[in-house]
Amino acid sequence: MRIGHTLPLGLFAIVAVALGVGLTLDPRLIPSALIGDPIPDFSLPPVDGRPDGLAAADLRTGEVAIVNVFASWCGPCRIEHPLLMEVARRGAVPVHGINYKDLPRNALAWLERYGDPYRRVGSDRTGRVSIDWGVYGVPETFVVDRRGRIAYKHVGPMMPEDMHQRILPLVRELQGG
Amino acid sequence: MIVEVGHYALILALALSIIQGVLPLIGAQLGYDSWVAVARPVAIIQFGFVSISFAALTCAYVGSDFSVLNVAMNSHSAKPLLYKVSGVWGNHEGSLLLWVLILTLFAATVAVFGGNLPPDLRARVLSVQALIGAGFLLFMLLASNPFERLVPAPLEGQGLNPLLQDPGLAFHPPFLYLGYVGFSMAFSFAVAALIEGRVDAAWARWVRPWTLAAWCFLTLGIALGSWWAYYELGWGGFWFWDPVENASLMPWLAGTALLHTALVVEKRDALKSWTILLAILTFSLSLLGTFLVRSGVLTSVHAFATDPARGVFILMFLVLVVGGSLTLFAIRAPGLKSGGLFAPVSREGALILNNLLLTTACATVLLGTLYPLFLDALTGEKVSVGPPYFHATFVPLMAPAIVAAGIGPLLAWKRGDLVGALGRLRAALAVTVAVALATLVFAAEAPVLAVSGVALGTWLVAASLGDFVERIRLFRGPFGETRRRAKHLPRAAYGVTIAHAGAGIAVLGIVVSATWESERLQVVKVGDSVPVGGYEFTFRGIQDARGANYNAVRGIFDVTRGGDPVAVMTPETRVYDTPRQTTTEAAIRPTPTADLYAVIGDPNGAGGWATRLYHKPLVHWIWFGAILMAVGGFVSLSDRRHRVGAPRRRTARVGTRAGTSQAAKA
Repeated sequence: MRIGHTLPLGLFAIVAVALGVGLTLDPRLIPSALIGDPIPDFSLPPVDGRPDGLAAADLRTGEVAIVNVFASWCGPCRIEHPLLMEVARRGAVPVHGINYKDLPRNALAWLERYGDPYRRVGSDRTGRVSIDWGVYGVPETFVVDRRGRIAYKHVGPMMPEDMHQRILPLVRELQGG
Repeated sequence: MIVEVGHYALILALALSIIQGVLPLIGAQLGYDSWVAVARPVAIIQFGFVSISFAALTCAYVGSDFSVLNVAMNSHSAKPLLYKVSGVWGNHEGSLLLWVLILTLFAATVAVFGGNLPPDLRARVLSVQALIGAGFLLFMLLASNPFERLVPAPLEGQGLNPLLQDPGLAFHPPFLYLGYVGFSMAFSFAVAALIEGRVDAAWARWVRPWTLAAWCFLTLGIALGSWWAYYELGWGGFWFWDPVENASLMPWLAGTALLHTALVVEKRDALKSWTILLAILTFSLSLLGTFLVRSGVLTSVHAFATDPARGVFILMFLVLVVGGSLTLFAIRAPGLKSGGLFAPVSREGALILNNLLLTTACATVLLGTLYPLFLDALTGEKVSVGPPYFHATFVPLMAPAIVAAGIGPLLAWKRGDLVGALGRLRAALAVTVAVALATLVFAAEAPVLAVSGVALGTWLVAASLGDFVERIRLFRGPFGETRRRAKHLPRAAYGVTIAHAGAGIAVLGIVVSATWESERLQVVKVGDSVPVGGYEFTFRGIQDARGANYNAVRGIFDVTRGGDPVAVMTPETRVYDTPRQTTTEAAIRPTPTADLYAVIGDPNGAGGWATRLYHKPLVHWIWFGAILMAVGGFVSLSDRRHRVGAPRRRTARVGTRAGTSQAAKA
């Protein structure tokens, strides 16, 4: 019985430590797996009702590209969305989307509401392709270089400084080289 | 000047809370009656000072005193009065002040109306309550002072987030906090009981009304919040499994469990340690919610002012309060004697099942909410847990809870008769089967899950009403007999019927609206007609409109059904002056069976407008059900037992035993 009664305290201690560690972390910081690796082979159908799907071949055309993983049920995706719209409007670099575990009608409605910055969107209903990309959750954003390798990865919603101070300069650098 | 008075009152309140937190506790331990006697007057005066402080801040908001930093950051002189007032708690500092105001209000209520509580228990309860208050007051004065001055004062304020300028949201935080903070009473009673080392039926009878009241308010608060999300975010959804929403759902689930298990302590003198633990956990989850919302450890759509330094303080407070109380629990709980044996099939058994399911559901929500944090802390990986997880875990747990909620109230204490109970629910079973079959036959598309959902909701409504009809012997005997029985049925029984039926109605609303919603998303031009769910929406054009502090683009839709006009709907897109932000105001037209829901989006540049039109069957049942649940709680709260209050301990026990044997016979 004694152990049973101390169990809640033990569990809380674990939660408290995790919360404490959590305070020291930035939920938007970047881990760097897969950087420099070639993109996986994949082919995704379009979101029903939207024209173009996304496949590995579309990213091996010798063009630098941004690939954004999103879902309509993902709150933080809404935060970064205006940034993607802005990049798409300028047209300096193509933005593609992978729609992660989403219902097509929800995805379409979402794009209609917040705007559609994507040149191509692949619908990853099961999330299998996203696993190959090393996606932990949504949103995540990749920069793919001219040779079809992952040059950069951002986890979580992008803030203006992420886009303007890291991603876009990197894109320009890759486009120049 | 008024602002300084408010600030000073807050400092005095802190000093008083420390006195109230220490003296009566020691006095009760060592038997100093005069120290014990301090608790009551100090609790009342402390509430007075916090009220002065709150009134001062409200004054600053209403008078648009921009020399106060908090007002300058969150208000604007052109804002309607209602939102000037709600602006007081529409920000981090002010909402903390509201927290403390409600905390001290509850303590003062115990001090004034707790005349029949044993003095030592009352003193300890008030002390624990004051210690919680001291933590919050200290936090405000050191790190979140709402009265900080701004020199030089700006001419105009920065305005309140327009999304928050809404009547639904204006009253959402007060209700939510009445709930969160209300659970602090259950917590204080639990800690006081652990210090005393005594938990009995009388204790449970004192705790229950507080828990019940807190639960009712929290139910209303959550319902208001989700209603706001439904019409203001313009997305047609009402629950997004966002960390902040989960933060309010977890105490609700734990509180619902507590409500039911306290009944077992009161009636049967059993499940004591579990009830104490639940009381501690429920309030701990409320505090955890506060931490998650304000510390920035999780990304959420509607996080408050996030600041890691504040996070550190709240975490330390959390460790002190939760860790302290759980340590006390680990030491004292093994000594609690438990009486009342019972068979697995009995009212107690049903309530334990209810508790198991509710707390497990609560744990899955907690896991889903904190998992990204855990994974980040352990491995540096980042994930976001979305609705698919919650649908896969939460829903299957709630389904058996709903089945059990229909049967539970019919089982007798100690040893119940399942077959007999089901026999008395024959009619309810028949109705459930009939409705499920009708759904299968008549609904256009009827997935198995949706039909089961409809059956569950119907079952809960039918079983609750069936039980009630049975009890008053409606149509079974002479009408006079029915009336006599209805009159003598305790209010608590009415409460159970209303609240359980409300839960069933909410379930029906959720299932039906999610399954059979029709939506049309398309670009329309003036004169276009769009059929949605049997209605015709005809787009008549666009108007520009000017509100108190915003410009609006208003779309006009004529809605007809079979050629007959039904309504004119006018959804808006508003652009607020300060801060410059766009909001959608959905037009919602409730009909008896569904909501018509229209949203106007952006122009496409070629004379067309993006619109979203929905037909959402039974969606308003969700909130109607939630309101019924709260009403059931309030009706139960008005029961004679609570109004008369519990008699003294010794006699209370005898009285409860007698009540139990009567209940068992009934």
